Amino acid sequence: MSTIQDYPSRLSDPASRKMETFSYLPEMTRDQIRAQVQWIVDNGWNPAIEHTEPENAMDYYWYMWKLPMFGETDVDAILAEIEECRTANPKHHVRLLGYDNFTQSQGANMVVHRGKMV
Amino acid sequence: MNMQATKRKYDAGVKDYRSTYWEPEYSVKETDILAVFKVIPQDGVPREEAAAAVAAESSTGTWTTVWTDLLTDLDHYKGRAYRIEDVPGQDDAFYAFIAYPADLFEEGSVVNVFTSIVGNVFGFKAVRSLRLEDVRFPIWFVKTCFGPPHGIQVERDKMDKYGRPLLGCTIKPKLGLSAKNYGRAVYEVLRGGLDFSKDDENVNSQPFMRWRDRFLFCQEAIEKAQAETGERKGHYLNVTSGTVEEMFKRAEFAKELGSPIIMSDYLTMGWAAHNSLSKWCRDNGMLLHVHRAMHAVMDRNPNHGINFRVLAKLLRLLGGDHLHSGTVVGKLEGDRNATLGWINLMRDKFIPEDRSMGVFFDQDWGAMPGVFPVASGGIHVWHMPALVSIFGNDSVLQFGGGTLGHPWGNAAGAAANRVALEACVQARNEGRELEKEGKEILTAAAKHSPELKAAMETWKEIKFEFDTVDKLDVQHR
Repeated sequence: MSTIQDYPSRLSDPASRKMETFSYLPEMTRDQIRAQVQWIVDNGWNPAIEHTEPENAMDYYWYMWKLPMFGETDVDAILAEIEECRTANPKHHVRLLGYDNFTQSQGANMVVHRGKMV
Repeated sequence: MNMQATKRKYDAGVKDYRSTYWEPEYSVKETDILAVFKVIPQDGVPREEAAAAVAAESSTGTWTTVWTDLLTDLDHYKGRAYRIEDVPGQDDAFYAFIAYPADLFEEGSVVNVFTSIVGNVFGFKAVRSLRLEDVRFPIWFVKTCFGPPHGIQVERDKMDKYGRPLLGCTIKPKLGLSAKNYGRAVYEVLRGGLDFSKDDENVNSQPFMRWRDRFLFCQEAIEKAQAETGERKGHYLNVTSGTVEEMFKRAEFAKELGSPIIMSDYLTMGWAAHNSLSKWCRDNGMLLHVHRAMHAVMDRNPNHGINFRVLAKLLRLLGGDHLHSGTVVGKLEGDRNATLGWINLMRDKFIPEDRSMGVFFDQDWGAMPGVFPVASGGIHVWHMPALVSIFGNDSVLQFGGGTLGHPWGNAAGAAANRVALEACVQARNEGRELEKEGKEILTAAAKHSPELKAAMETWKEIKFEFDTVDKLDVQHR
Protein backbone atom coordinates (compact mmCIF):
# COMPACT_ATOMS: atom_id res chain seq x y z
CA MET A 1 0.00 0.00 0.00
CA SER A 2 1.24 3.44 -0.94
CA THR A 3 2.23 5.86 1.79
CA ILE A 4 -0.43 8.18 3.10
CA GLN A 5 -0.82 11.46 1.20
CA ASP A 6 -2.21 14.75 2.41
CA TYR A 7 -5.40 16.10 0.83
CA PRO A 8 -4.23 19.56 -0.23
CA SER A 9 -7.48 21.57 -0.28
CA ARG A 10 -7.23 24.93 1.55
CA LEU A 11 -9.64 27.68 2.48
CA SER A 12 -6.82 30.13 1.75
CA ASP A 13 -6.17 28.77 -1.74
CA PRO A 14 -8.70 29.84 -4.40
CA ALA A 15 -7.51 26.99 -6.59
CA SER A 16 -9.24 24.63 -4.13
CA ARG A 17 -12.66 25.88 -5.29
CA LYS A 18 -14.63 23.48 -7.45
CA MET A 19 -17.38 24.18 -9.95
CA GLU A 20 -19.70 21.19 -9.72
CA THR A 21 -20.04 18.54 -12.46
CA PHE A 22 -16.72 17.49 -14.03
CA SER A 23 -14.69 19.93 -11.95
CA TYR A 24 -12.91 16.99 -10.28
CA LEU A 25 -11.63 15.85 -13.69
CA PRO A 26 -8.94 17.50 -15.79
CA GLU A 27 -10.20 20.35 -17.95
CA MET A 28 -11.90 18.92 -21.04
CA THR A 29 -10.19 18.89 -24.44
CA ARG A 30 -11.99 20.25 -27.49
CA ASP A 31 -13.00 16.75 -28.52
CA GLN A 32 -14.34 15.97 -25.09
CA ILE A 33 -16.40 19.16 -25.07
CA ARG A 34 -17.72 18.28 -28.53
CA ALA A 35 -18.89 14.91 -27.21
CA GLN A 36 -20.77 16.59 -24.34
CA VAL A 37 -22.42 19.05 -26.75
CA GLN A 38 -23.48 16.08 -28.85
CA TRP A 39 -24.98 14.45 -25.72
CA ILE A 40 -27.07 17.55 -25.04
CA VAL A 41 -28.27 17.66 -28.66
CA ASP A 42 -29.01 13.92 -28.70
CA ASN A 43 -31.19 14.28 -25.62
CA GLY A 44 -33.23 17.04 -27.21
CA TRP A 45 -32.19 19.58 -24.57
CA ASN A 46 -31.79 23.28 -25.31
CA PRO A 47 -28.16 24.34 -25.08
CA ALA A 48 -27.27 27.50 -23.18
CA ILE A 49 -24.08 29.25 -22.14
CA GLU A 50 -23.38 31.17 -18.94
CA HIS A 51 -20.29 32.81 -17.51
CA THR A 52 -19.10 34.46 -14.31
CA GLU A 53 -16.15 35.97 -12.51
CA PRO A 54 -14.51 33.04 -10.69
CA GLU A 55 -15.02 34.72 -7.30
CA ASN A 56 -18.79 34.71 -7.85
CA ALA A 57 -19.00 31.13 -9.05
CA MET A 58 -21.05 29.96 -6.08
CA ASP A 59 -23.98 32.23 -6.93
CA TYR A 60 -27.02 30.52 -8.41
CA TYR A 61 -27.18 33.01 -11.27
CA TRP A 62 -24.27 33.49 -13.63
CA TYR A 63 -24.44 35.90 -16.59
CA MET A 64 -26.40 34.49 -19.52
CA TRP A 65 -24.51 34.59 -22.78
CA LYS A 66 -27.25 35.81 -25.11
CA LEU A 67 -30.32 33.53 -24.87
CA PRO A 68 -30.50 29.75 -24.68
CA MET A 69 -30.09 28.29 -28.16
CA PHE A 70 -33.61 26.91 -28.49
CA GLY A 71 -33.82 24.12 -31.03
CA GLU A 72 -30.15 24.38 -32.00
CA THR A 73 -28.80 20.97 -33.04
CA ASP A 74 -25.68 22.02 -34.94
CA VAL A 75 -22.78 21.01 -32.69
CA ASP A 76 -20.35 23.33 -34.46
CA ALA A 77 -22.64 26.30 -34.02
CA ILE A 78 -22.85 25.59 -30.29
CA LEU A 79 -19.08 25.18 -30.00
CA ALA A 80 -18.62 28.48 -31.83
CA GLU A 81 -20.86 30.25 -29.29
CA ILE A 82 -18.80 28.82 -26.44
CA GLU A 83 -15.70 30.16 -28.13
CA GLU A 84 -17.24 33.56 -28.68
CA CYS A 85 -18.30 33.83 -25.04
CA ARG A 86 -14.84 32.78 -23.92
CA THR A 87 -13.10 35.32 -26.14
CA ALA A 88 -15.35 38.10 -24.88
CA ASN A 89 -14.83 37.06 -21.23
CA PRO A 90 -11.35 35.57 -21.06
CA LYS A 91 -11.04 35.69 -17.27
CA HIS A 92 -14.42 34.11 -16.59
CA HIS A 93 -15.63 30.60 -15.98
CA VAL A 94 -17.82 29.51 -18.89
CA ARG A 95 -20.39 26.79 -18.49
CA LEU A 96 -22.54 24.83 -20.88
CA LEU A 97 -26.10 23.89 -19.91
CA GLY A 98 -28.74 21.67 -21.41
CA TYR A 99 -32.21 22.86 -20.46
CA ASP A 100 -34.71 20.02 -20.24
CA ASN A 101 -38.11 21.67 -20.60
CA PHE A 102 -39.96 18.44 -19.76
CA THR A 103 -38.43 18.04 -16.30
CA GLN A 104 -38.17 21.84 -15.82
CA SER A 105 -34.56 21.19 -14.92
CA GLN A 106 -31.11 21.09 -16.48
CA GLY A 107 -30.09 17.74 -17.93
CA ALA A 108 -26.51 18.91 -18.16
CA ASN A 109 -24.47 21.68 -16.59
CA MET A 110 -20.67 21.73 -16.81
CA VAL A 111 -17.84 24.23 -16.84
CA VAL A 112 -16.15 24.15 -20.25
CA HIS A 113 -13.64 26.88 -19.62
CA ARG A 114 -12.05 27.61 -16.26
CA GLY A 115 -11.09 31.17 -15.48
CA LYS A 116 -8.07 31.84 -13.30
CA MET A 117 -8.96 31.52 -9.64
CA VAL A 118 -8.19 34.60 -7.59
CA MET B 1 -72.49 -15.03 -9.04
CA ASN B 2 -73.22 -11.34 -8.53
CA MET B 3 -75.24 -11.39 -5.34
CA GLN B 4 -78.13 -9.07 -5.19
CA ALA B 5 -81.68 -9.44 -5.79
CA THR B 6 -83.13 -5.96 -5.37
CA LYS B 7 -84.59 -6.84 -1.99
CA ARG B 8 -82.53 -8.80 0.47
CA LYS B 9 -83.70 -10.48 3.60
CA TYR B 10 -81.71 -10.90 6.75
CA ASP B 11 -80.37 -14.45 6.90
CA ALA B 12 -78.13 -14.95 9.95
CA GLY B 13 -75.16 -17.29 9.87
CA VAL B 14 -71.86 -17.87 8.13
CA LYS B 15 -71.81 -17.72 4.34
CA ASP B 16 -69.16 -18.36 1.76
CA TYR B 17 -67.22 -15.17 1.15
CA ARG B 18 -67.28 -15.82 -2.57
CA SER B 19 -71.02 -15.43 -2.78
CA THR B 20 -70.55 -11.73 -2.01
CA TYR B 21 -66.93 -10.79 -2.67
CA TRP B 22 -65.86 -12.72 -5.80
CA GLU B 23 -66.91 -10.91 -8.98
CA PRO B 24 -64.89 -12.04 -11.99
CA GLU B 25 -67.13 -10.03 -14.32
CA TYR B 26 -66.48 -6.75 -12.46
CA SER B 27 -64.82 -4.10 -14.59
CA VAL B 28 -62.57 -1.90 -12.51
CA LYS B 29 -63.26 1.80 -12.16
CA GLU B 30 -60.72 4.60 -12.65
CA THR B 31 -61.47 5.66 -9.10
CA ASP B 32 -60.90 2.27 -7.47
CA ILE B 33 -57.85 1.56 -5.39
CA LEU B 34 -56.52 -1.72 -6.81
CA ALA B 35 -54.37 -4.20 -4.94
CA VAL B 36 -52.74 -7.47 -5.85
CA PHE B 37 -51.92 -9.99 -3.16
CA LYS B 38 -49.92 -13.18 -3.42
CA VAL B 39 -52.01 -15.72 -1.55
CA ILE B 40 -51.17 -19.19 -0.28
CA PRO B 41 -54.47 -20.55 1.00
CA GLN B 42 -54.88 -23.21 3.65
CA ASP B 43 -55.25 -26.72 2.25
CA GLY B 44 -58.73 -27.35 0.92
CA VAL B 45 -59.69 -23.67 0.59
CA PRO B 46 -60.54 -22.93 -3.07
CA ARG B 47 -58.75 -19.99 -4.69
CA GLU B 48 -61.95 -18.02 -5.29
CA GLU B 49 -62.97 -18.41 -1.66
CA ALA B 50 -59.55 -17.35 -0.38
CA ALA B 51 -59.44 -14.34 -2.73
CA ALA B 52 -62.96 -13.32 -1.74
CA ALA B 53 -62.06 -13.71 1.93
CA VAL B 54 -59.12 -11.36 1.50
CA ALA B 55 -61.35 -8.82 -0.28
CA ALA B 56 -63.98 -9.11 2.44
CA GLU B 57 -61.69 -8.95 5.44
CA SER B 58 -59.78 -5.98 4.01
CA SER B 59 -62.96 -4.04 3.29
CA THR B 60 -66.52 -4.33 4.58
CA GLY B 61 -66.84 -7.97 5.57
CA THR B 62 -66.67 -9.89 8.77
CA TRP B 63 -66.95 -13.63 9.45
CA THR B 64 -70.72 -13.76 9.82
CA THR B 65 -73.68 -11.92 8.44
CA VAL B 66 -74.92 -9.03 10.58
CA TRP B 67 -78.31 -7.35 10.30
CA THR B 68 -76.75 -3.90 9.98
CA ASP B 69 -75.31 -4.99 6.59
CA LEU B 70 -78.81 -4.33 5.32
CA LEU B 71 -78.78 -0.69 6.42
CA THR B 72 -76.07 0.15 3.91
CA ASP B 73 -75.49 -0.21 0.21
CA LEU B 74 -72.96 -3.01 0.36
CA ASP B 75 -72.43 -2.97 -3.39
CA HIS B 76 -71.22 0.61 -3.14
CA TYR B 77 -68.72 -0.08 -0.37
CA LYS B 78 -67.44 -3.61 -0.66
CA GLY B 79 -64.03 -4.64 -1.98
CA ARG B 80 -64.20 -7.22 -4.76
CA ALA B 81 -61.82 -9.94 -5.84
CA TYR B 82 -62.04 -9.59 -9.61
CA ARG B 83 -59.18 -11.68 -10.96
CA ILE B 84 -57.03 -14.64 -10.07
CA GLU B 85 -53.73 -15.51 -11.72
CA ASP B 86 -51.12 -18.21 -11.29
CA VAL B 87 -47.83 -17.18 -9.73
CA PRO B 88 -45.09 -18.19 -12.18
CA GLY B 89 -42.96 -20.98 -10.76
CA GLN B 90 -44.98 -21.44 -7.57
CA ASP B 91 -47.89 -23.89 -7.63
CA ASP B 92 -49.26 -23.37 -4.13
CA ALA B 93 -49.63 -19.59 -4.55
CA PHE B 94 -51.82 -17.38 -6.71
CA TYR B 95 -52.32 -13.65 -7.27
CA ALA B 96 -55.62 -12.20 -6.14
CA PHE B 97 -56.58 -8.85 -7.66
CA ILE B 98 -58.90 -6.77 -5.53
CA ALA B 99 -60.71 -3.52 -6.29
CA TYR B 100 -61.67 -1.18 -3.46
CA PRO B 101 -64.18 1.58 -4.13
CA ALA B 102 -63.04 5.17 -3.52
CA ASP B 103 -65.58 5.83 -0.79
CA LEU B 104 -64.00 3.27 1.53
CA PHE B 105 -61.14 5.64 2.25
CA GLU B 106 -60.38 8.99 3.81
CA GLU B 107 -58.87 11.49 1.38
CA GLY B 108 -55.13 12.05 1.78
CA SER B 109 -54.69 9.38 4.45
CA VAL B 110 -52.16 6.72 3.60
CA VAL B 111 -52.63 5.53 7.16
CA ASN B 112 -56.31 4.89 6.55
CA VAL B 113 -55.75 3.02 3.28
CA PHE B 114 -53.20 0.67 4.78
CA THR B 115 -55.07 0.14 8.01
CA SER B 116 -57.75 -1.33 5.78
CA ILE B 117 -55.89 -3.27 3.16
CA VAL B 118 -53.08 -4.68 5.25
CA GLY B 119 -55.02 -4.80 8.50
CA ASN B 120 -56.57 -7.85 10.14
CA VAL B 121 -56.50 -9.77 6.91
CA PHE B 122 -52.82 -10.62 7.35
CA GLY B 123 -53.59 -12.74 10.37
CA PHE B 124 -56.60 -14.35 8.81
CA LYS B 125 -56.78 -18.13 9.27
CA ALA B 126 -58.06 -19.12 5.81
CA VAL B 127 -54.79 -18.03 4.26
CA ARG B 128 -51.47 -19.57 5.17
CA SER B 129 -49.58 -16.53 3.98
CA LEU B 130 -50.32 -13.28 2.23
CA ARG B 131 -48.17 -10.70 0.51
CA LEU B 132 -49.25 -7.34 -0.83
CA GLU B 133 -47.39 -7.10 -4.13
CA ASP B 134 -48.63 -3.83 -5.59
CA VAL B 135 -51.26 -1.13 -5.16
CA ARG B 136 -52.65 1.19 -7.83
CA PHE B 137 -53.47 4.58 -6.34
CA PRO B 138 -56.04 6.43 -8.44
CA ILE B 139 -55.36 10.03 -9.31
CA TRP B 140 -57.99 11.36 -6.87
CA PHE B 141 -56.09 9.77 -4.01
CA VAL B 142 -52.69 10.95 -5.29
CA LYS B 143 -54.04 14.50 -5.53
CA THR B 144 -55.30 14.47 -1.96
CA CYS B 145 -51.93 13.29 -0.58
CA PHE B 146 -49.15 15.66 0.25
CA GLY B 147 -46.22 14.18 -1.64
CA PRO B 148 -42.51 15.04 -1.49
CA PRO B 149 -41.82 18.35 0.25
CA HIS B 150 -39.65 19.46 -2.70
CA GLY B 151 -38.90 16.64 -5.11
CA ILE B 152 -36.00 15.94 -7.42
CA GLN B 153 -36.20 19.03 -9.58
CA VAL B 154 -36.42 21.51 -6.71
CA GLU B 155 -33.65 19.79 -4.78
CA ARG B 156 -31.36 20.05 -7.80
CA ASP B 157 -32.12 23.76 -8.03
CA LYS B 158 -31.59 24.37 -4.32
CA MET B 159 -28.35 22.41 -4.22
CA ASP B 160 -27.32 23.70 -7.67
CA LYS B 161 -26.28 20.24 -8.90
CA TYR B 162 -27.15 18.95 -12.36
CA GLY B 163 -26.29 16.28 -14.87
CA ARG B 164 -25.00 13.67 -12.46
CA PRO B 165 -26.05 11.55 -9.48
CA LEU B 166 -25.50 13.13 -6.05
CA LEU B 167 -22.91 11.66 -3.71
CA GLY B 168 -23.33 10.90 -0.04
CA CYS B 169 -21.80 8.98 2.82
CA THR B 170 -23.02 7.63 6.13
CA ILE B 171 -20.69 8.53 8.97
CA LYS B 172 -19.17 5.53 10.75
CA PRO B 173 -18.72 4.03 13.26
CA LYS B 174 -22.42 4.51 13.52
CA LEU B 175 -22.46 4.64 17.29
CA GLY B 176 -20.03 5.89 19.89
CA LEU B 177 -18.33 8.96 18.39
CA SER B 178 -18.37 12.23 20.30
CA ALA B 179 -20.11 15.11 18.57
CA LYS B 180 -16.86 16.90 17.81
CA ASN B 181 -15.12 13.85 16.37
CA TYR B 182 -18.24 13.10 14.39
CA GLY B 183 -18.25 16.62 12.94
CA ARG B 184 -14.63 16.10 11.93
CA ALA B 185 -15.61 13.05 9.88
CA VAL B 186 -18.40 15.09 8.26
CA TYR B 187 -16.07 17.98 7.41
CA GLU B 188 -13.52 15.65 5.83
CA VAL B 189 -15.96 13.89 3.48
CA LEU B 190 -17.57 17.16 2.41
CA ARG B 191 -14.29 18.95 1.70
CA GLY B 192 -13.18 15.91 -0.29
CA GLY B 193 -16.02 16.31 -2.76
CA LEU B 194 -19.23 14.67 -1.51
CA ASP B 195 -22.51 16.56 -1.67
CA PHE B 196 -23.97 15.08 1.48
CA SER B 197 -23.09 13.17 4.56
CA LYS B 198 -25.62 11.30 6.64
CA ASP B 199 -26.42 10.45 10.22
CA ASP B 200 -26.79 6.77 10.70
CA GLU B 201 -30.38 5.75 11.42
CA ASN B 202 -29.37 4.60 14.90
CA VAL B 203 -28.01 8.03 15.75
CA ASN B 204 -30.71 10.00 17.55
CA SER B 205 -29.57 11.54 20.83
CA GLN B 206 -27.65 9.05 22.88
CA PRO B 207 -25.51 9.84 25.92
CA PHE B 208 -22.28 9.68 23.89
CA MET B 209 -23.54 12.35 21.48
CA ARG B 210 -26.58 14.48 22.21
CA TRP B 211 -28.43 15.80 19.21
CA ARG B 212 -27.84 19.48 19.82
CA ASP B 213 -24.07 19.10 20.01
CA ARG B 214 -24.07 16.99 16.85
CA PHE B 215 -26.15 19.51 14.94
CA LEU B 216 -23.82 22.38 15.89
CA PHE B 217 -20.59 20.62 14.98
CA CYS B 218 -22.03 19.28 11.72
CA GLN B 219 -23.21 22.74 10.71
CA GLU B 220 -19.72 24.18 11.15
CA ALA B 221 -18.39 21.27 9.08
CA ILE B 222 -20.86 22.07 6.28
CA GLU B 223 -20.10 25.78 6.28
CA LYS B 224 -16.36 25.35 6.22
CA ALA B 225 -16.49 22.71 3.48
CA GLN B 226 -18.72 24.97 1.39
CA ALA B 227 -16.36 27.91 1.74
CA GLU B 228 -13.41 25.71 0.91
CA THR B 229 -14.85 23.94 -2.15
CA GLY B 230 -17.23 26.59 -3.46
CA GLU B 231 -19.97 23.95 -3.69
CA ARG B 232 -23.21 23.51 -1.78
CA LYS B 233 -23.20 20.80 0.88
CA GLY B 234 -25.50 19.21 3.41
CA HIS B 235 -25.62 16.72 6.25
CA TYR B 236 -28.80 14.73 6.88
CA LEU B 237 -29.49 15.63 10.49
CA ASN B 238 -31.55 12.78 11.86
CA VAL B 239 -34.53 14.18 13.75
CA THR B 240 -36.11 10.78 14.41
CA SER B 241 -36.92 10.64 18.10
CA GLY B 242 -39.22 9.11 20.67
CA THR B 243 -41.97 11.71 20.51
CA VAL B 244 -43.35 13.95 17.82
CA GLU B 245 -42.76 17.04 19.99
CA GLU B 246 -39.09 16.17 20.34
CA MET B 247 -38.82 15.53 16.61
CA PHE B 248 -40.15 18.98 15.77
CA LYS B 249 -37.91 20.61 18.37
CA ARG B 250 -34.88 19.11 16.62
CA ALA B 251 -36.18 20.02 13.17
CA GLU B 252 -36.69 23.64 14.26
CA PHE B 253 -33.15 23.82 15.59
CA ALA B 254 -31.76 22.42 12.32
CA LYS B 255 -33.63 25.16 10.50
CA GLU B 256 -32.36 27.82 12.88
CA LEU B 257 -28.79 26.73 12.12
CA GLY B 258 -29.37 26.91 8.37
CA SER B 259 -29.07 23.20 7.64
CA PRO B 260 -30.47 22.42 4.18
CA ILE B 261 -31.63 18.88 4.96
CA ILE B 262 -32.86 16.65 7.78
CA MET B 263 -33.72 12.97 7.89
CA SER B 264 -36.26 10.61 9.36
CA ASP B 265 -37.03 6.92 9.47
CA TYR B 266 -40.56 6.65 8.14
CA LEU B 267 -41.37 3.12 9.22
CA THR B 268 -40.12 3.14 12.82
CA MET B 269 -41.31 6.72 13.35
CA GLY B 270 -44.81 5.99 12.09
CA TRP B 271 -46.52 7.26 8.99
CA ALA B 272 -48.63 9.94 10.60
CA ALA B 273 -45.60 11.44 12.33
CA HIS B 274 -43.66 11.23 9.10
CA ASN B 275 -46.43 12.89 7.11
CA SER B 276 -46.50 15.78 9.58
CA LEU B 277 -42.73 16.16 9.34
CA SER B 278 -42.90 16.14 5.57
CA LYS B 279 -45.44 18.98 5.62
CA TRP B 280 -43.24 20.89 8.02
CA CYS B 281 -40.33 20.42 5.61
CA ARG B 282 -42.20 22.01 2.73
CA ASP B 283 -43.35 24.90 4.91
CA ASN B 284 -39.80 25.49 6.10
CA GLY B 285 -37.78 24.91 2.94
CA MET B 286 -36.06 21.87 4.41
CA LEU B 287 -35.12 18.87 2.27
CA LEU B 288 -36.10 15.51 3.74
CA HIS B 289 -33.98 12.38 3.50
CA VAL B 290 -35.87 9.21 4.35
CA HIS B 291 -34.36 6.03 5.69
CA ARG B 292 -36.29 2.74 5.78
CA ALA B 293 -35.23 0.85 8.93
CA MET B 294 -37.55 -2.14 9.47
CA HIS B 295 -38.47 -2.49 5.80
CA ALA B 296 -36.91 -5.94 5.43
CA VAL B 297 -39.16 -7.20 8.24
CA MET B 298 -42.07 -6.53 5.90
CA ASP B 299 -40.65 -6.93 2.42
CA ARG B 300 -38.04 -9.68 2.37
CA ASN B 301 -40.16 -12.82 2.71
CA PRO B 302 -41.39 -13.62 -0.80
CA ASN B 303 -44.64 -15.15 0.53
CA HIS B 304 -45.73 -12.91 3.36
CA GLY B 305 -45.69 -9.20 4.03
CA ILE B 306 -45.57 -6.12 1.80
CA ASN B 307 -43.39 -5.78 -1.26
CA PHE B 308 -41.01 -2.82 -1.09
CA ARG B 309 -42.55 -1.33 -4.24
CA VAL B 310 -45.65 -0.66 -2.16
CA LEU B 311 -43.63 0.85 0.69
CA ALA B 312 -41.85 3.05 -1.87
CA LYS B 313 -45.13 4.23 -3.39
CA LEU B 314 -46.61 5.06 -0.02
CA LEU B 315 -43.52 7.05 0.92
CA ARG B 316 -43.93 9.12 -2.23
CA LEU B 317 -47.49 9.82 -1.10
CA LEU B 318 -46.45 10.63 2.48
CA GLY B 319 -43.60 12.80 1.33
CA GLY B 320 -39.82 12.56 1.23
CA ASP B 321 -37.14 13.93 -1.06
CA HIS B 322 -34.81 10.90 -0.81
CA LEU B 323 -35.60 7.27 -0.08
CA HIS B 324 -33.26 4.31 0.32
CA SER B 325 -34.01 1.87 -2.47
CA GLY B 326 -31.33 -0.82 -2.39
CA THR B 327 -28.16 -0.88 -4.45
CA VAL B 328 -28.49 -4.02 -6.60
CA VAL B 329 -24.71 -4.43 -6.37
CA GLY B 330 -23.71 -4.00 -2.71
CA LYS B 331 -23.96 -5.93 0.56
CA LEU B 332 -27.75 -5.67 0.97
CA GLU B 333 -30.58 -7.56 -0.70
CA GLY B 334 -31.85 -6.39 -4.09
CA ASP B 335 -32.98 -7.97 -7.36
CA ARG B 336 -32.04 -5.78 -10.32
CA ASN B 337 -35.30 -5.67 -12.24
CA ALA B 338 -37.41 -5.37 -9.11
CA THR B 339 -35.23 -2.48 -7.94
CA LEU B 340 -35.53 -0.77 -11.32
CA GLY B 341 -39.28 -1.18 -11.03
CA TRP B 342 -39.56 0.67 -7.75
CA ILE B 343 -37.02 3.36 -8.55
CA ASN B 344 -39.16 4.16 -11.60
CA LEU B 345 -42.17 4.29 -9.29
CA MET B 346 -40.30 6.78 -7.09
CA ARG B 347 -39.16 9.10 -9.88
CA ASP B 348 -41.39 9.02 -12.94
CA LYS B 349 -44.71 10.71 -13.70
CA PHE B 350 -46.38 7.68 -15.25
CA ILE B 351 -45.25 4.08 -14.85
CA PRO B 352 -46.93 1.51 -17.10
CA GLU B 353 -47.69 -2.04 -15.99
CA ASP B 354 -44.61 -4.18 -16.60
CA ARG B 355 -44.49 -7.61 -15.02
CA SER B 356 -40.81 -8.03 -15.90
CA MET B 357 -40.15 -5.21 -13.41
CA GLY B 358 -42.73 -6.41 -10.89
CA VAL B 359 -45.10 -3.54 -11.74
CA PHE B 360 -48.67 -4.91 -11.77
CA PHE B 361 -50.60 -1.74 -12.53
CA ASP B 362 -50.24 1.48 -14.48
CA GLN B 363 -49.51 4.21 -11.97
CA ASP B 364 -50.21 7.87 -12.76
CA TRP B 365 -48.69 10.34 -10.29
CA GLY B 366 -50.16 13.46 -11.87
CA ALA B 367 -48.04 16.43 -10.88
CA MET B 368 -46.65 14.85 -7.71
CA PRO B 369 -42.86 15.42 -7.59
CA GLY B 370 -40.43 12.51 -7.72
CA VAL B 371 -38.24 11.13 -4.95
CA PHE B 372 -34.49 10.56 -5.31
CA PRO B 373 -33.71 6.86 -4.87
CA VAL B 374 -30.72 6.37 -2.58
CA ALA B 375 -28.28 3.52 -3.20
CA SER B 376 -26.45 2.88 0.05
CA GLY B 377 -24.74 -0.06 1.67
CA GLY B 378 -21.52 -1.93 0.92
CA ILE B 379 -20.62 -0.07 -2.26
CA HIS B 380 -17.25 1.35 -3.32
CA VAL B 381 -15.53 2.87 -6.36
CA TRP B 382 -15.49 -0.36 -8.34
CA HIS B 383 -19.29 -0.40 -8.23
CA MET B 384 -19.51 3.11 -9.67
CA PRO B 385 -19.88 2.20 -13.38
CA ALA B 386 -22.71 -0.23 -12.62
CA LEU B 387 -24.40 2.21 -10.23
CA VAL B 388 -24.37 5.09 -12.73
CA SER B 389 -25.68 2.74 -15.39
CA ILE B 390 -28.47 1.28 -13.22
CA PHE B 391 -29.59 4.40 -11.37
CA GLY B 392 -28.92 7.16 -13.90
CA ASN B 393 -28.59 10.82 -12.91
CA ASP B 394 -31.56 11.14 -10.58
CA SER B 395 -30.15 9.21 -7.65
CA VAL B 396 -28.03 9.60 -4.55
CA LEU B 397 -25.12 7.18 -4.34
CA GLN B 398 -23.88 6.70 -0.79
CA PHE B 399 -20.54 5.24 0.04
CA GLY B 400 -20.03 4.82 3.79
CA GLY B 401 -17.19 2.37 4.29
CA GLY B 402 -16.33 3.08 0.66
CA THR B 403 -15.42 6.66 1.62
CA LEU B 404 -14.28 6.42 5.25
CA GLY B 405 -12.29 3.25 4.70
CA HIS B 406 -9.88 4.90 2.25
CA PRO B 407 -6.28 4.34 3.38
CA TRP B 408 -5.59 8.11 3.37
CA GLY B 409 -8.76 9.08 5.16
CA ASN B 410 -12.16 10.55 4.48
CA ALA B 411 -11.27 13.49 2.24
CA ALA B 412 -9.23 11.30 -0.07
CA GLY B 413 -11.97 8.68 -0.04
CA ALA B 414 -14.54 11.30 -0.97
CA ALA B 415 -12.37 12.68 -3.77
CA ALA B 416 -11.85 9.16 -5.13
CA ASN B 417 -15.60 8.63 -5.31
CA ARG B 418 -16.24 12.02 -6.87
CA VAL B 419 -13.58 11.47 -9.55
CA ALA B 420 -14.93 7.98 -10.27
CA LEU B 421 -18.47 9.32 -10.51
CA GLU B 422 -17.61 12.16 -12.85
CA ALA B 423 -15.45 9.92 -15.02
CA CYS B 424 -18.36 7.51 -15.40
CA VAL B 425 -20.85 10.27 -16.21
CA GLN B 426 -18.49 11.80 -18.73
CA ALA B 427 -17.89 8.42 -20.39
CA ARG B 428 -21.60 7.63 -20.48
CA ASN B 429 -22.32 10.97 -22.14
CA GLU B 430 -19.64 10.16 -24.71
CA GLY B 431 -21.62 7.05 -25.59
CA ARG B 432 -19.45 4.48 -23.87
CA GLU B 433 -20.91 1.38 -22.20
CA LEU B 434 -20.20 1.69 -18.51
CA GLU B 435 -20.80 -1.86 -17.42
CA LYS B 436 -18.50 -3.23 -20.13
CA GLU B 437 -15.79 -0.60 -20.05
CA GLY B 438 -15.90 0.30 -16.36
CA LYS B 439 -12.44 -0.91 -15.58
CA GLU B 440 -10.77 1.07 -18.39
CA ILE B 441 -12.76 4.19 -17.52
CA LEU B 442 -11.76 4.07 -13.86
CA THR B 443 -8.16 3.17 -14.63
CA ALA B 444 -7.84 6.14 -16.99
CA ALA B 445 -9.40 8.48 -14.42
CA ALA B 446 -7.03 7.22 -11.72
CA LYS B 447 -4.08 8.52 -13.74
CA HIS B 448 -5.11 12.03 -12.71
CA SER B 449 -6.23 11.08 -9.22
CA PRO B 450 -3.89 9.39 -6.75
CA GLU B 451 -6.88 9.19 -4.36
CA LEU B 452 -8.85 7.09 -6.84
CA LYS B 453 -5.84 4.91 -7.59
CA ALA B 454 -5.39 4.12 -3.89
CA ALA B 455 -9.12 3.39 -3.52
CA MET B 456 -9.06 1.00 -6.46
CA GLU B 457 -6.13 -0.86 -4.93
CA THR B 458 -7.85 -1.09 -1.54
CA TRP B 459 -11.18 -2.52 -2.66
CA LYS B 460 -10.22 -4.55 -5.68
CA GLU B 461 -11.11 -7.93 -4.25
CA ILE B 462 -14.32 -7.20 -2.35
CA LYS B 463 -17.46 -8.76 -3.77
CA PHE B 464 -20.89 -9.61 -2.41
CA GLU B 465 -22.08 -12.69 -4.20
CA PHE B 466 -24.91 -14.06 -2.11
CA ASP B 467 -28.10 -14.95 -3.90
CA THR B 468 -31.13 -12.68 -3.52
CA VAL B 469 -33.89 -14.05 -1.27
CA ASP B 470 -36.73 -11.89 -2.55
CA LYS B 471 -36.71 -12.43 -6.29
CA LEU B 472 -39.28 -11.51 -8.86
CA ASP B 473 -41.71 -14.34 -9.50
CA VAL B 474 -40.43 -15.95 -12.68
CA GLN B 475 -40.61 -19.45 -14.01
CA HIS B 476 -37.23 -20.70 -12.87
CA ARG B 477 -36.51 -19.48 -9.37
